[in-house]
Order: sequence, then C-alpha cells, then structure tokens
Amino acid sequence: MPAAGVVLILTVVAIVLVLVYFLVSTIVALRQITKGLDAAIASVVEIIEKSAPVEEVVGTINQYLDAGVDLLEGLLVKKAGMRDAVGLVDGLYPGAAAAGFRNFPESTEITAPRISEVYTKGTLTLARLGREAPIAAASPSGGAILRNVTGGSLAARSLYPEVRQTRPERLQRSPVIGTDAPVQYEPSDSPGVRRRLPGGTAVLDDPAPATPPPANAPDAQNDPEGEPGADTRPV
Amino acid sequence: MTVWWILDIVLLVVVVPVVIYLLAGVLSEARGIVPSVRRIGAAAAAGSADLDAVPLLLTTQDQVIRTIETAANYGGSLDVILDDASEE
Repeated sequence: MPAAGVVLILTVVAIVLVLVYFLVSTIVALRQITKGLDAAIASVVEIIEKSAPVEEVVGTINQYLDAGVDLLEGLLVKKAGMRDAVGLVDGLYPGAAAAGFRNFPESTEITAPRISEVYTKGTLTLARLGREAPIAAASPSGGAILRNVTGGSLAARSLYPEVRQTRPERLQRSPVIGTDAPVQYEPSDSPGVRRRLPGGTAVLDDPAPATPPPANAPDAQNDPEGEPGADTRPV
Repeated sequence: MTVWWILDIVLLVVVVPVVIYLLAGVLSEARGIVPSVRRIGAAAAAGSADLDAVPLLLTTQDQVIRTIETAANYGGSLDVILDDASEE
C-alpha cells in the first residue's frame, strides 16, 4: 500500500473518531434537555389542571359581587335620592362622586352635596370667618375667603367679648397665687363665692358665719374650693 | 500518486478543522440549553406549587355568596322600613 493511502486511511479514521466524540457528547446533552423538558412539561400540566376551575369560580364571585353592587346602589339611590346618594358616597370616599354609580350614568353629572362630614364648632367658626381652615375655601356661607394675610391675627379678637377686644387694660389681672403671694385670699365658704375681695369690698355678707373645720381635719387641709395659700387655721 | 497526497493534505488541512469546528459549536449550544431547561422546570414547579391555594377560591366563593345574601336580606328589610326618597 502506498504511503499516501495509509495517510488517507488514518485521516479518515481520525475524522470518524472526532465525529463519534462530538456526536456522543451532543446526544448526552440532548438527553439532559429532554429530561428537563419532561419535568417542565409535567409542572405545566399541573398548572393547567390546577388553574382550570379558576375561571368558573372567579366568574361566579364576580357575578355575586356585581349583584351586590347593583343591590346597594339601587337601594341607596331609591332611599336617599340620587343627589344625596352621590353626596353620601363622596363624603365617605372623597372623589368618588366623579366616578358616579355604575348603574346610574347620570350620577356623574350631579354636584355632590357636602353631607356626612362632621366638623367641630371651632372649625366651622374658622370656616365662616374664612380663616385658618382648609374648608374655608368651600365655606357653607359662600363668598370669598376673608383671609387677611397681614393682619389676620387681629381678626381673631372678634371671636371674644367686646371687653377683651377694646379695653383689655380695664380687666382685672389674674391673681398671683401661692404661699408667698402679695395678696392672700380668704378661703371661700361656698363654692364660687368669695367672702372678701383683696380691696376690702365685701362680696357676700354671711348671715351665719360658718365654723371653719379644725385644722387637722383632712377636708380643711384639702378644701378644693379654698384659695391657694389661704390660712386654714381655726379662728 | 501526487493526487493522493493532495487529497490527504486537503483532508487534513480543510475538512478536519471544519468538521471539528462545526461539531464543537453544536455541542456547545446543546450544553448551553441544559441549564436553561432546568431553570424552566424549576419555575414551572414553583408556579404549580403557587397554585396549591386555588381550592381556597371555593371557600372565598362561598363566603362571597353568603355575604351578598346577607346584604340582600338587610337591603330588603331596609327597603321595607325606610321610605323612598321624595321626588323633587
């Protein structure tokens, strides 16, 4: 056999060996792929089986919920009227009036009245004055907001009696209390009645002077109606 | 004889490298698919496990039905008790 023929045979054999190696390796990889796809397919089949009744169940739930919405909307509109029903819903869920009722398309055209809102007296007062309250912009009294940015604090005086607005200097100052107070007040005999003002003016002429309780009596020591710092010793 | 040697050289220099290159590419891509398939299988198994709570929808359905029925009963009673809104 010539040398060229031997080389040719060896080359072909080498090519075959290479083909065997790579093809066997490829077959092994494809078998792994097949096993993985089998596992994935099994899981997908489980998903399909488990999710099969979901559509029917969810459809039934939606059907009942739709019936509930129809019932409640219809009852609310029937009993409260369209306008108050919209206002009530908007009061509970601010902004819901814009969406309106599902079965009543005309409800979106109704301006929701301001009901089901509870404000404190102070808030309403501020709203009427147009000051300091967020609801002032929609004050029930209507009109422009009376907000005075520069002198707004003085407007609060109108909330108080006249004597505090214009003549605060004539008001009696609050007393200084305590054991070392410059003016000592006598204890009162009855709640809310002062026997004598510090200037000497008698406020109450007591027809029958009350006998003060003994000093060691717990009620005398703890008289809640007595003035602070008053002498509670027996006369 | 010269033709045989030329064929040998062509076989060794051209055919063998091309065959090895192509087979190596096929093997590389096949091995690259294996991890992806395993991840797909794991994701499908996790998705299947997530759907184990689907039977609870039947309980939800029953609860919704009972709730709506109760609301309907209350609504019927309110319809009898309360007067309708006056027509403006």
